[in-house]
Amino acid sequence: MTKAVELSSAGLTLGDHRFSFDLAVPEGAFVAVTGPSGSGKSTLFNILAGFERPHAGRVLLGGEDMAAVPPGKRPVSLIFQDNNLFAHRDIFTNVALGVSPSLQLDDMARAAVSDALSRVGLAGFEKRMPATLSGGEKQRAAFARALVRKRPIMLLDEPFAALDPELRHQMGALLAAMHRQEGFTVLMITHDREEARRLADRFAMVEAGHVAGQGQIADLPMLTARG
Amino acid sequence: MHARRGISGERIGGAIALAFILGFVALALAPLLRFGGAGGIDQQLASVLTFTLWQASLSTLLSVFFGAVVALSVARRPSFTGRVWLLRFMAAPMGLPALAAAFGVLAVWGREGAFNSVLSFFDLGTKFNVYGMTGILIAHTFFNIPLAARLFTAALDRFPPTYWKLAANLDLGRVALFRLVEGPALMAALPGVAGLIFMLCATSFTLVLTLGGGPAATTLEVAIYQALKFDFEPGRAVFLVLVQVVLTGLVLAFLAAFPAPAEERAQQGTELRRFDGGSLASKLWDGAVIVAFLLFCGAPFVAILVDGLRADFPHLLADRLFWRALQTSAVLGLSAALLALLLSWLIAMARVSTGSRIFAGWLDAGGSLILLTPPIVLSTGWFLWLRGGDGFAPYILVAIINALMALPFALRVLQPAVRSHVERTRRLSQSLGLSGLQRLRIIDAPALSRPLLMAFFFALSLSLGDLGAVALFGGEGFVTLPWLIYARLGSYRTTDAAALTLILAAVCMAFAVLGTPSERRRGEAGR
Repeated sequence: MTKAVELSSAGLTLGDHRFSFDLAVPEGAFVAVTGPSGSGKSTLFNILAGFERPHAGRVLLGGEDMAAVPPGKRPVSLIFQDNNLFAHRDIFTNVALGVSPSLQLDDMARAAVSDALSRVGLAGFEKRMPATLSGGEKQRAAFARALVRKRPIMLLDEPFAALDPELRHQMGALLAAMHRQEGFTVLMITHDREEARRLADRFAMVEAGHVAGQGQIADLPMLTARG
Repeated sequence: MHARRGISGERIGGAIALAFILGFVALALAPLLRFGGAGGIDQQLASVLTFTLWQASLSTLLSVFFGAVVALSVARRPSFTGRVWLLRFMAAPMGLPALAAAFGVLAVWGREGAFNSVLSFFDLGTKFNVYGMTGILIAHTFFNIPLAARLFTAALDRFPPTYWKLAANLDLGRVALFRLVEGPALMAALPGVAGLIFMLCATSFTLVLTLGGGPAATTLEVAIYQALKFDFEPGRAVFLVLVQVVLTGLVLAFLAAFPAPAEERAQQGTELRRFDGGSLASKLWDGAVIVAFLLFCGAPFVAILVDGLRADFPHLLADRLFWRALQTSAVLGLSAALLALLLSWLIAMARVSTGSRIFAGWLDAGGSLILLTPPIVLSTGWFLWLRGGDGFAPYILVAIINALMALPFALRVLQPAVRSHVERTRRLSQSLGLSGLQRLRIIDAPALSRPLLMAFFFALSLSLGDLGAVALFGGEGFVTLPWLIYARLGSYRTTDAAALTLILAAVCMAFAVLGTPSERRRGEAGR
């Protein structure tokens, strides 16, 4: 089976920090990416998304070398902790950008956007502006965009860090359902080990610029320094 | 709460400062009302008013458009070598006295200027005539394109860094990026930026006086000056003053409806990254835009420097009038700066101490009253009081008007510093039983010395370079450096003017730099 993500000695130096990542993620896996602050989790994601070019090593996504592929052409969707929506555009437009960056939409595309919104529990939110949504609703809209975008790999950088525990649970369940139904490969940075165990089937532990451990979620060490 | 105990001194001080400002402005306006407005809406007023609004609108339009173009290019390149210096350069024209800028513009675009040399070298048609609308627009855009570019760049840089990542990940093209991200950022800043520039251009005096070049290109402020200085028609001047106050009032009311444009980046410390603009075409475009900007806004500076260095300094230094002007300017500048410092200190302390919103509102209004009643309005009123005015009085008046001009800027530096300082030390000084002068000496002065010095230097720079307040009183008996430059330009003794301009520009720029919060210092103030 091809790997969804394969990094071999993907190396980079930023200021005084040296990074070199080796990582293999099977297709359809849900990987919890853990590690202390400043260990390089976000740099790892930046390499995968194409925001950083490694000076050495190889980055394969879906079996293809990404060396010459710009961020917009990579098979990844991104979701951050906040600011996932362009504040000056309504929810429909924000989601529709996942279908067409130039917003050229036919009726089918429009229907797909509304359908994705109802799947994440935001039916009827099309005309709302991002500022009128709660934190959880904004993240739902970001999920809807990932749904219509249909890129096989989802990178989530602490997507629930700004939400309260109850909402984290709900959103986690939504993400897990999306993962099951769509078969996306999911990589999610999280500091919450309980959450990692609940949602993920694999883990990757980043320490000091390296992937210090990876494997089945059951093997995730119980206690390490929290970031 | 008894936390307000022991600070009533601050409120009394603020009340005194406020009374001084209001009294000074009221006394200036009193004779205006007594003379009454002679003349009504006649042909001349209509054309002056039309020209004022027309040139201000065009200047604003051009400045905002080209400022946005420059900002888009600069913001797209967040990490090229020299970017910091480019941003600093954008602040430079603000420190340049308007008269020096006028000289620079003439040296580049004037009859014998660099631009015409290029035209004639390539044998390209007729000589370019700078006087009139063209010159005014060039000078206004020279000042305001950098201002707009700086504020727009800040607006773009202030966006959350994830926006640019998302845009790259979603594969947004050039058009989509502008529609979704850059456009909204510019639009959000637009009303504040455009309003500010319109205000500056509608009340621009020195540039229009020196570059307008005739009755066809006269703004309200210049018309007021001419009505008094050349025609001596006080009634007419008074009427124009009233129109001017109504106009500035309207613009200020418009401005108040929008948030003031901010200069800081919201997320200090986070590295700016952009993922677009990798193509050769966009690199060439951005490079060309930045070079064109540097040429247009840098040329007057270069011209001032080159012409100044070529001028006949020994001749100038032998001129007794020069030394008198220098002395007068120094005394005026120091007095104005000290007064601005005192007033802004009193207002800032009272503003922090008072619990009354009404009093706070009055203090804010007093601090920026000069925006409603520009220098020419105040000096007109006092000119009428003094019937021209000889002796010592004009010096005092000009110093006060200069101080009031610096007040809004001084308060912008001082107020936040005083606020955080007082909040930090209020309890401590109360528990130590320190108050009054003791507190001022031991606690306030050392901690606030930097913002105080900044406010002082800024006021000094502004006063040294000002022609607006002096214009009416200036003459054989009352000569400042800017006035001397203006007179020399008027009598075509341009090499004297060049040397004087270089001296004035260098001194004012130096003081303006000392009076501008640097990014590092601003960061400290926010801690």
